[in-house]
Amino acid sequence: MKDQEHQNGKSGFNRRDFLRGSGAAAAATALATAPQLAFAQAADDKKVVRDQTTITLNVNGGDHKVIVEPRTTLLEAIRYQLKLTGAKPVSPDGVAGAATVLVDGKAMNADTLLALECAGKKVRTVESLGGEKPDAVPAAFVHNDAQQCGFCTPGFVVAVRAFLNAHPQATEAEIRHGLNGNICRCGTYANVIQAAMEVVKGGSK
Amino acid sequence: MADMNWPKQGTAAVLGATPDRIDGIAKATGAAKYTYDITPDKMLLARALGCPHGHCQITAIDVSPALQVPGVVAARALKNVGAQVNWEGDLVAVVVGETEGAVAEGLKEIKFAFNPLDVWVDDSDLAGAEKAGRTQGAGDNTKLDNKDIKKPEEQDAEFKRLLDECKKDGAVVEGEYGIHVITHMCLEPHGSTCEWEGDKLTAHLSTQNVSGTAGQFATPLQIAATDVTVHCDYVGGGFGSKFGADSWGVVCAQLAKETGRPVKLMLDRDLELKNAGTRPSGFIQVKIGANKEGVVQVWDSKHWGTSGIQGGPVTQGVIPYVFDPPNRRRKSIGINTNAAGARAWRAPNHPQACAITQVAYDDIARALGIDSYDVFLRNLPTVTNNKAEVYKAEMEIAAKLMDWRKKWHPHGKGPAKGSVVTGLGMAIHTWGGAPHSSTCTVKIHPDGAVETFLGSQDLGTGTRTVIAMVVAETLGLPVDAISVNIGSSKYPTSGSSGGSTTVGGVSESNRRGATDALNLLLAKVAPKLDAQPEDLEAVKGRIQVKGNTAKGLSWKEACGLLGMTPIEVQGNFQRGVTQTNLSSNGVAGVQMAEVAVDRETGVVKMLKFVAVQDMGLIINRKLAASQIYGAVIMGIAAALYEERIMDPTTGKFLNAELADYKLPRLGDTGQIVVELYEPESEYNRGVVGLGEPPVIAPPAAIANAVCNALGVRVGTLPMTPKRVLDAIAKAK
Ligand code: FES
Repeated sequence: MKDQEHQNGKSGFNRRDFLRGSGAAAAATALATAPQLAFAQAADDKKVVRDQTTITLNVNGGDHKVIVEPRTTLLEAIRYQLKLTGAKPVSPDGVAGAATVLVDGKAMNADTLLALECAGKKVRTVESLGGEKPDAVPAAFVHNDAQQCGFCTPGFVVAVRAFLNAHPQATEAEIRHGLNGNICRCGTYANVIQAAMEVVKGGSK
Repeated sequence: MADMNWPKQGTAAVLGATPDRIDGIAKATGAAKYTYDITPDKMLLARALGCPHGHCQITAIDVSPALQVPGVVAARALKNVGAQVNWEGDLVAVVVGETEGAVAEGLKEIKFAFNPLDVWVDDSDLAGAEKAGRTQGAGDNTKLDNKDIKKPEEQDAEFKRLLDECKKDGAVVEGEYGIHVITHMCLEPHGSTCEWEGDKLTAHLSTQNVSGTAGQFATPLQIAATDVTVHCDYVGGGFGSKFGADSWGVVCAQLAKETGRPVKLMLDRDLELKNAGTRPSGFIQVKIGANKEGVVQVWDSKHWGTSGIQGGPVTQGVIPYVFDPPNRRRKSIGINTNAAGARAWRAPNHPQACAITQVAYDDIARALGIDSYDVFLRNLPTVTNNKAEVYKAEMEIAAKLMDWRKKWHPHGKGPAKGSVVTGLGMAIHTWGGAPHSSTCTVKIHPDGAVETFLGSQDLGTGTRTVIAMVVAETLGLPVDAISVNIGSSKYPTSGSSGGSTTVGGVSESNRRGATDALNLLLAKVAPKLDAQPEDLEAVKGRIQVKGNTAKGLSWKEACGLLGMTPIEVQGNFQRGVTQTNLSSNGVAGVQMAEVAVDRETGVVKMLKFVAVQDMGLIINRKLAASQIYGAVIMGIAAALYEERIMDPTTGKFLNAELADYKLPRLGDTGQIVVELYEPESEYNRGVVGLGEPPVIAPPAAIANAVCNALGVRVGTLPMTPKRVLDAIAKAK
């Protein structure tokens, strides 16, 4: 049988690889179609720019210097340089919502944002909702037990905060409709709905 | 003397209440540090490369080009040329570097080549698997009411006769049902952050087995287990897949040694799904016969499925599930597929067994035109766990909460709103849930502070909160007065969190330890109060003569009598050895689903779900309810959304990313109603584990509801729109 030879990453290109500067481990070489190959070729012609530069990120109200490459994600910068680990790496495509942060007040996935794009913007992480007097959203999460293992919880808390900022009078139906960007494997959805409803109604007693 | 037994129902100060979980705010504000979050100074990041083919022999592997990438610090091959790889995604190499970008680029440079070998990944196609030589017998068992019939040919004839009898008088259904492989999908992937101090290793491991993993590092690293500390304050999901150090945990420790720096190696999402845990599939062909009342007389089945490369099916002992009719024959076949070995998945074997057998019971109801509720009710005398009465009581409660009798219609005969029809379904389950062995150290300090230590973990159940409540109840203190320390293998040994054993286990050890510690304190206090220790009690923050608030000391004053030395006591519970009134074993559980199905699009929508569950004595009603909500939602996922999809040619796991691996979202779960069933008879049994049971019945209950709505059985789960439409088309 003939060897299937390939150098990883010379055979496929997608958003995830772009973000991580990676070729998916030996992507479907044998299956590649002509257009795929052409695209891969184009991708290969791009040079990895790995020059480091120091930028200032405004996170949770303070300016922080971080050293980044063009490919450094916001998530990597805040987790490993600022040690803000509330936002979680769950899937590199952001579909789990576990790395949700507020960027200029908008809920965004820190794992699909480049750190460079966030310079000059105001980033708020879940940690800004904690402290001595926690925000009403995490307080309601606790009161309604909207966390089990808790790994999805910080992302969910930020998503709920952003949603309720935009819809302070949200109905239950609107909450069920508007908070589908986050995945919880432990199944806390019922409790999250209760928590969000409690915030709408004026917080936990 | 303080009494070890639990207080009588209704008299407890803390047990059965609903305090918030004590680590809730840490989890909800990002302060809780999971393994993935541990970032020691100078830490390096590591990532692994997975094999791209499902079955192959390695012809080349060279990691040296990776070392040329700036920022890459180390790289190593995990397999040699000539080695055979048995599943796609099996780890073949790892790269360590300063940044994620550098590591990713390094992985890309690794040279890897292979010769493909034959691949088999289809676990539903029994005939094909047999032809490919991928099957193995996995046990069978026959039970006949007439025990004199022993010869196989005579047994064949008897089964035929019994089925013919049912056909005449009642109903016989020949059904094919199945449920596909799913993954654990822990949101925190498997992995560790390892750091060395000289020859001593600290492994921050994402684990549900804090006390049991140090040796798993020590042995392959050839160091003493005493030189390993496993640490895990928080774990982002386990569900049965995180009992081990795993080969990549050991590699992480080796790389930390080699580089002289802490190293973090967490699996990427796709490698997590390909390596770190799946649940076996289950497919079945069954002939089931019942009398005209719907009481099943005969069951004759053959089932198969895969646990990956190990090639085992759902164990035959749970077929049919919970019910065991007087005449029953079952045969099981395992299929060996090119996939990583399955791992224990919340309630191993039970959800699949329930999903492929209680649907047949419902098909009996359909065939006879009887209310499914009555068929389940009439078969209760055959349940295998002596809990017919509990099921009956729980069914009544569930039916009320669902408004079952009013909403029920015969299968496929309900009113339609346009193309949308609705239906009801139910299923029942069982589980053991006896506590694991557990040891703890309870300390009462002279200043009144109380702390407890044990090598346990919080899988999401709320272990810390449960422990604090038990100690607080025992010492007459508020929950927040107890400092709970778990998550280190240097603490006293406590069992792994698997099989719904933790709440019982940690309650046992802490109730025992706290009671013994209290008795030592009472002995100190008694002379001060001119009383005997056995006349004293600890209530509401005081030590006092029983019932006499005037004759007592505050907790702080009482502890002051200790002088300089704290009280330290070990609480010890050994499963199967320690006599106990504090815990027990075995639960029932009844669940009902209401769904809407669009006959035109095939989309199933959850309307309402009712779960009624017993669990003996309930420690924290809020946390208990959360377990059940969560389990039901996981069950909805397996019923309607999630499955592993494999490419038959390459053996690739095609949907190993969250974007493609479907899970329900917040808006997909409908209304969930949870009822904790705790009459005095249950309370008096003591604690029984809860984690597994409520995740078992949802797929069967939902499948039965879909069948009730459509009048057509969607045989294979998850019931995706395509499968629903195919089933409708086939029935036409
Ligand atoms: S609480 Fe575990 S994933 Fe949401």
